[in-house]
Amino acid sequence: MQQTYQPIDARPMPGLSTGVLAWLKTNLFSSPGNSIKTLVVLAIVLWALYGAMGWTLTNAVFGASLEACNSLRGIGACWGVVTEKGRLIVMGRYPDTEHWRPVIATALMLGVVGISCMPRFWNKALPLIWVVMLVVYFTLMKGGVLGLTEVPTDQWGGLPLTVMLTVVSMTMAFPLSVFVALGRRSNMPAIKTLCTLYVELIRGVPLITVLFMASFMLPLFMPEGVQIDVLIRVVVGITLFSAAYMAEVVRGGLQALPKGQTEAAATLGLSYWQTQRKIVLPQALSMVVPSLMNTFIGMFKDTSLVTIVSLYELTGALALALNADADWRPFKLEAYFFITLIYFVFCFAMSRYSLWVEKRTAVSKVR
Amino acid sequence: MSNQSMIEARPLPAKKRRSISWNSREGRSVIYQVVAIASVATLIWLLVRNTLRNMRERGIQSGYDFMGQPFGFDVSETMIPYDVMSTYWTAFSIGMLNTLKVALIGIVLATILGTLIGVGRFSPNFLLRKICYWYVEFFRNVPIYLQLLIWYIVFTEVLPSFEEAWQVGHFYLSKNGFSFPWPVWQLGQTLALIGLVLGVVGSWLYARKASKHFDLTGQQRPVLLVSLALIVGLALLGWLAGGAPTGWSLPVKGDFQIEEGAAFSPEFSALLLGLVLYTASFIAEIVRSGISSVSLGQHEAAASLGLSKRQSMRLVVLPQALRVIIPPLTSQYLNLTKNSSLAVAIGYPDLVSIANTTLNQTGRAIEALSIVMLVYLTLSLITSALMNWFNASAAIQER
Amino acid sequence: MSQSEAPIIQFDNVNKWYASNGYHVLRDVNLSFAKGEKVVICGPSGSGKSTLIRCINALEEYQQGKLTVDGTVIGDDLKGIDKVRREVGMVFQQFNLFPHLTVLENLILSPTWVAKLPRNVAIEKAMVQLERVRIAEHANKYPLQLSGGQQQRVAIARALCLTPKIMLFDEPTSALDPEMIKEVLDVMIGLADQGMTMLCVTHEMGFAKAVADRVIFMDQGQVVEQNTPTEFFNHPQTDRSKDFLSKILGH
Repeated sequence: MQQTYQPIDARPMPGLSTGVLAWLKTNLFSSPGNSIKTLVVLAIVLWALYGAMGWTLTNAVFGASLEACNSLRGIGACWGVVTEKGRLIVMGRYPDTEHWRPVIATALMLGVVGISCMPRFWNKALPLIWVVMLVVYFTLMKGGVLGLTEVPTDQWGGLPLTVMLTVVSMTMAFPLSVFVALGRRSNMPAIKTLCTLYVELIRGVPLITVLFMASFMLPLFMPEGVQIDVLIRVVVGITLFSAAYMAEVVRGGLQALPKGQTEAAATLGLSYWQTQRKIVLPQALSMVVPSLMNTFIGMFKDTSLVTIVSLYELTGALALALNADADWRPFKLEAYFFITLIYFVFCFAMSRYSLWVEKRTAVSKVR
Repeated sequence: MSNQSMIEARPLPAKKRRSISWNSREGRSVIYQVVAIASVATLIWLLVRNTLRNMRERGIQSGYDFMGQPFGFDVSETMIPYDVMSTYWTAFSIGMLNTLKVALIGIVLATILGTLIGVGRFSPNFLLRKICYWYVEFFRNVPIYLQLLIWYIVFTEVLPSFEEAWQVGHFYLSKNGFSFPWPVWQLGQTLALIGLVLGVVGSWLYARKASKHFDLTGQQRPVLLVSLALIVGLALLGWLAGGAPTGWSLPVKGDFQIEEGAAFSPEFSALLLGLVLYTASFIAEIVRSGISSVSLGQHEAAASLGLSKRQSMRLVVLPQALRVIIPPLTSQYLNLTKNSSLAVAIGYPDLVSIANTTLNQTGRAIEALSIVMLVYLTLSLITSALMNWFNASAAIQER
Repeated sequence: MSQSEAPIIQFDNVNKWYASNGYHVLRDVNLSFAKGEKVVICGPSGSGKSTLIRCINALEEYQQGKLTVDGTVIGDDLKGIDKVRREVGMVFQQFNLFPHLTVLENLILSPTWVAKLPRNVAIEKAMVQLERVRIAEHANKYPLQLSGGQQQRVAIARALCLTPKIMLFDEPTSALDPEMIKEVLDVMIGLADQGMTMLCVTHEMGFAKAVADRVIFMDQGQVVEQNTPTEFFNHPQTDRSKDFLSKILGH
């Protein structure tokens, strides 16, 4: 059978299939039910936005004027409270003239945390970078050397304190959590039981009870005459707490690694700790980086609780700034919205960053 | 190759006792465990010794004997009555009941809201999809503590005072809280509740019978309608049997507050609303990822077998999605219960609040906190056990 | 090829574009398939062969032309699509068995819920199909407890439980280990011998030679060549087909 073959060129799609109108049709008006939903939702959203607009922007006071704020109470937002108290809230009681120090120190800390999430930077230099960063951070913050004025730890506060608590406790919790996770998967019943008890005990109780316990009990644990700083008590509490949660995340990664990996390492004559260091942990940890980031974001939010044990991070600094000042206290709500925005921006950015890191590492895995 | 006869299976020989060499795996394992237990024991002994000495020096009393004393402080809301002679046992029970109240109502509401939003992420409508997405992103990324503080201010400062309360019929919303009509409880209502429970049991039995009938004949009986009729009918019967009481306690504006009716205090309302909105965002994420975990091939196979969209959802997609959803869902329920402990910051008398007042009054910090931790730990372990049982029984069987 | 009956599947100038990127994936496809015919569709990946057969049971939509399956025009009519799906069985590359149901439950799902047969009747019919694919002893096992070849045979039995008039196979052996391919192909050959209308997208040329009445070669969305297997493999008419055959028959 003689057949002729003429290649057919590609033609563009006919009809209303691209462009704005087509998108509107598929996404908003694809059926009568859908169209009704769109109209109802649009109506509600526009009405809510219109109402919110009035209070938030149109009638709002932006300058730090107490009279203007009081006269417009209930009609317009008093963003003046942010203008007036903003720096106090964000920086806590750190001396005004030295504010550049926490800013630089915090930026440095966040930068180092950021690069640690990318397996690309996992080499021998990384722990060294961390040590250097921590030394620089505490020198800058505490001062007393190199011509910097000393700032005692109970004046540290606000956003830098939030970041510091999160990063320092996560840093110390991380090695602990790896050991606990390995311990839970161990064949030795005593070690397995100890680790399991620790994790289940901490995960079963609210953070606030752990903080209370640390706050009340740590001074009692100390030998004769030793005092411990509130800051240290809180850091210990948060560290123990986050280590338990991180241990579960790491354990998930260890479980997901195929058994063949450890078997192959055994045939090559590697010892237990060599296998863990060179084969198991690198793979398991890079698998759980997104979950670890989630734990980090969770801890960042949980630091807001340390206010209850008298440490004035961001949420606490707000209480400190406004409770004392009867003039501005009525406008607490606007101040709360201000720090809501700060938390949202930070946490949202961190979760977006985490997704970006995840995509990049996935790309490197695709052959 | 010679043709050998087959060797039959024999049982495992018993283990012989040998001496353990320090170089063997067993030997090493024993050493490590002994060292571990010894170090932990030493640490505990050291800490206990320091604690006892410090407590002696500071004159701190210890012991649980205070539990039998009357507690004497006021509790703003309680589900069980108390008086001046009630002991600390009663106080802690009040706290625990308050915690359970907010936790159970919160779990139900958060699940409903979270599921709606999670399913809404798949809506064919662009606006709905985006609203659900931004709801989740917003409520997830703000600390729960801050959210509770904001809701507390809204309920205690932004809402009007009770004289100018927002009123819809007999429902009042004001700084006094949320007041609503509540029936005057008599025999009729109790019987109605019993009827309701019987109705639920009855409809479950009927559903089983209908399923057997379907297996035999391929015909479906209308289970939903019959269940509804049974539940409503038996409840109505109970109510009539109790004398058909129609007494309602209606809220009215009194001299100092809204009186009569039943009310949710502003503290309770703020706590409940904050917890529900926050937890619902996490539940929505869990539901969404559960539904997307069912691969496209499953939908296609169901479609190619002629199943309708509803049948495909019910028989193929949901059973698989639920297995992925339920474990993280229960840990969110636990999180909601643990987060309710933040009530201490907004004045709702939950377990932690009561413990806080107790330790301030009696100085027995460790005892009070240990009771609280024990209660939460028990709840947590019960939930874990239920979860493990569910996982084991519902796991998809593999080789 | 019987000329006296109307074709059971008819493609009239069918064109399809992907909505996401506007790519013209099926171009001016004109094909007809007779009842009882066994056709193998082959071609390089991306040629549109899977898309072609997925249009037949409306898993994919097309924008231009007319596709008629057993007298029903595939279009917007949902009732028509349901009717077609009850008569067309499909076997997927990834098996797509329902992992939370046993083998037997997988098979009786559609007969009980769509055809509304009583359960015991459905079970009898299912066991007959399981015997046909020689896997009856695993009826109460779960899919993930079986090997790949066994799962695919169960998938074939599940599609057969609808007593379809047409069976579509979308690369049924591509996800299997080599030693399991034969057991699945044997089942498909058995089906062919029993007179089923079969459209099969596959790379297994041995199967084509043994069973197919016709081989269709597609590339870049269009039908390039169609012929009897012997003619196609030994005397390919176009450069494209020659090129393709040299690649797959080379080793």
